[in-house]
Amino acid sequence: MSQATGKSILEVKDLRTYFYTRDGVVRSVDGVSFSISEGETLAIVGESGCGKSVTSLSLLRLIPSPPGKIVSGSVLYHGKDLLKLSEDEMRDIRGDKISMIFQEPMTSLNPVLTVGRQISEVLELHRHCTKEQAHERILELLKLVNISEPERRINEYPHQLSGGMRQRIMIAMALACDPEILIADEPTTALDVTIQAQILNLIRELRDRTRAAIILITHDLGVVAEMAQRVVVMYAGRKVEEASVFDLFAKPMHPYTLGLLNSMPRLDDSSSKRLVEIPGMVPSMRTEIVGCAFAPRCSKASERCLIESPVLQDFGNGHTVACWNPVAVLRDKA
Amino acid sequence: MSNKQKQLLELKNLCKHYPIRKGLLSRIAGYVYAVDGVSFSIYEGETLGLVGESGCGKSTVGRTILRLIDPTAGEILWRGERIDELSRTEMRPFRKEIQAVFQDPYSSLNPRMRAADIVSEPLRNFEQLSQAEGRERVSELFALVGLRPDQMLRYPHEFSGGQRQRLGIARALSVKPKLIMCDEPVSALDVSVQAQVINLLGDLQQEFGVSYLFIAHDLAVVKHISHRIAVMYLGRVVELATTNELFEQPSHPYTEALLSAVPIPDPTRQRKQIVLGGDVPSPINRPSGCHFHTRCIYAQARCKVEEPKLEEISPGHFVACHFKLNT
Amino acid sequence: MINNSTMNRVDWPAQVSKIRLFLTVQLPALYKRYPFAVIGAATLLLMIFIAIFAPFLATVDPQAVAPLNRLKPPSWEYWFGTDALGRDVYSRVMYGTRVSLTVGISVAVLSTVIGLAIGLITGFVRWVDAIVMRIMDGLMSIPSILLAIALMALTKASIENVIIAITIAEVPRVVRLVRSLVLGLREQPYVEAAAASGTPLLKTLLRHILPNIAAPLLVQATYICASAMITEAILSFIGAGTPPNIPSWGNIMAESRSLFQIAGYLILFPSIFLSATVLAVNYLGDGLRDALDPRLSRRM
Repeated sequence: MSQATGKSILEVKDLRTYFYTRDGVVRSVDGVSFSISEGETLAIVGESGCGKSVTSLSLLRLIPSPPGKIVSGSVLYHGKDLLKLSEDEMRDIRGDKISMIFQEPMTSLNPVLTVGRQISEVLELHRHCTKEQAHERILELLKLVNISEPERRINEYPHQLSGGMRQRIMIAMALACDPEILIADEPTTALDVTIQAQILNLIRELRDRTRAAIILITHDLGVVAEMAQRVVVMYAGRKVEEASVFDLFAKPMHPYTLGLLNSMPRLDDSSSKRLVEIPGMVPSMRTEIVGCAFAPRCSKASERCLIESPVLQDFGNGHTVACWNPVAVLRDKA
Repeated sequence: MSNKQKQLLELKNLCKHYPIRKGLLSRIAGYVYAVDGVSFSIYEGETLGLVGESGCGKSTVGRTILRLIDPTAGEILWRGERIDELSRTEMRPFRKEIQAVFQDPYSSLNPRMRAADIVSEPLRNFEQLSQAEGRERVSELFALVGLRPDQMLRYPHEFSGGQRQRLGIARALSVKPKLIMCDEPVSALDVSVQAQVINLLGDLQQEFGVSYLFIAHDLAVVKHISHRIAVMYLGRVVELATTNELFEQPSHPYTEALLSAVPIPDPTRQRKQIVLGGDVPSPINRPSGCHFHTRCIYAQARCKVEEPKLEEISPGHFVACHFKLNT
Repeated sequence: MINNSTMNRVDWPAQVSKIRLFLTVQLPALYKRYPFAVIGAATLLLMIFIAIFAPFLATVDPQAVAPLNRLKPPSWEYWFGTDALGRDVYSRVMYGTRVSLTVGISVAVLSTVIGLAIGLITGFVRWVDAIVMRIMDGLMSIPSILLAIALMALTKASIENVIIAITIAEVPRVVRLVRSLVLGLREQPYVEAAAASGTPLLKTLLRHILPNIAAPLLVQATYICASAMITEAILSFIGAGTPPNIPSWGNIMAESRSLFQIAGYLILFPSIFLSATVLAVNYLGDGLRDALDPRLSRRM
């Protein structure tokens, strides 16, 4: 894995994004903080509804504004707060310094524009090149993402390409201007397993080559283990644990993280005992959550957990946990 | 194992080809070879996992067994009787023995029916029950799948995804079937809920001896719950073996690639990953000979020309490849 | 004879409190959420009230001719004025409500029932589908007004024939809607699940298909009602609709066509009533559409 230099380029502080709907206020992101350094791969992992996607959209201020609103917090990119920039300034950053790839390649590409046109749009916007200059760069990019016959592909439409190829086009578009940070929101969830392996491999190669920092949003802990250097675990809009990828898998400290790891069936596990379940289900985000969001499902919950929302505590080596009764046992690897 | 146990279902060369019609007079322009010669058996009390990527035909196989789709060719035998050519009415009695759990917990339950009515529908198709008897049976079923009987009169939208899937399982169980076809039953659920449903299916099998045809694309889940696994690629079964053997001694290059592609939640593990080139070919224009030869790292001249047949390389282990690995 | 059983004594207060609950709590909440629909429903109820109680609301006999009083503008005596034959416009407008509502509601109900039956069959039987849809497409290619006029030209003028003519013109749209809904629903997993459960086709239709097309069909019915009322008015206006001896809003306007410039009130009042009713029905339809369908998807 590529080395992170340790200099933090993006700092998210106490981000809160709420959605004001007819049925109540949905607190999708409720006080999340993290940072990412140059060249680092950070994974944000959690189940559906935990707020990980909304977090990534908030970073680029892509939240639809009614009903959503970034209520408070700051997103410091090289010291400048992105949440305070004008829309024009923000547009300069999107696609150029910070770019994003989405989950559904079928709906994220414009079906009526050729592939070449879509990539050149990014280049024309940010690099102010002419169509001919862009053409060269586009061929270069298509080769970079291992698309065969790039001269032919430039004139094809998204529906003529497979899911894996469309995702590569998205990656090409995202990397067109050599961004410093790439946000990948569930980039392989909609793809077949063998295609997922290709795309993840591609992202790893490109990461090594371009030294871009990557914020990887996913629910798949296997993908996290393969790709990330540091991991943030989210639950019900809050960050519950952050650690290096090795620490997270070897000694998870939050009961939810431990629960997730124990409840997943694994290929490398030869026993077929009953999976350890996490009872109950994810709380509704419409009501205000008092105390720890995970407490109703937690086997280690105490009185305090139901009343007081846990604060993040640092346990050394960048391992922080928001829990009053963290797990303190080394996981046994079978 | 298989010889002594009772054979419930047997598929012989099952085929499903969808005609593609083009033009004003709807001429047949080609076929989608969704399922192209699939054979396997399922025995009492076991779970057969059916895995493959999109377009491999596994869902079509499941639906064809249930006669939700009519096969183009081949035989489906249930306890020795052919069911592939029965009419809808003739098929009815078999529905007591073969049931299904579907993938999408949101659209597999009628949003305008109460949970109790949904769960008891198969039952009421075969037995005349008074309202009280019906409620009692539904209560039992609810308890079996871990739902509170007092929620019987609620509508599906009042349940969570995991609970809805339990309703689907209760519905399938209501007629005490011998085989339940599970079509991606946990794919649409959150990870923390998947474990609950997987455990439930296992418990029910222990208690009632029901067999499952477990169709899924998540290999880890299939490994956990299946006794035997069949791997499909472009409409054909390429490998069939017991779970342990499949994972320890994969003999088909596709199985090998599939296993190595699944990300493992262990950052310390360095694996040699086989990354397949190219995309999954279309089931309309399939490659000649062995369908996998375009992406196979071991492909030879013979593979382009000759279609490999499914052969037994060791007891219970079948592979369709000219150059089987590990032999 | 006064019945002293506890059953009877408990019923009345319960009903009264239900009504009170509705008026004080549920209705204002509904109004807050769907203001236009509630206004529309109230207006429609008003019109229905007028239609039923027209004999009591009218001041004079709507057919009473009084040539001496003709073409008098609105006054205390003749609230909406009088027409060319001295008939009281207000009373005629009140009675006209009956015609419009009868036609509107009858066409809505008839076309929905017939369209539902045909649409269900075409959704399930392929060869019927091929034939019937071509016929429906043919009917739909003719503007419904012209179709209605043509049909009316074949028969004598009467309200029944007006209803039949407009229904025939509106049925194709219902068939198309039902057919597309049925085709979509057949693919739904829960319909597949019903087949897997051994549910016979008829029961599947009744239990799974019909309840799930009821909502869009109801919404469509309100739009048909509005459209039918306008079509009737147009037919009457050009003399191809309700026979002239029955006062309908269209007829009233038709008779006063040439007098428009000197006696505008003759056209003003019927058209206000017509527009208000049609608008009310449309608002009601929009409100129903918003209330019934999105709720299903939002809850999920």
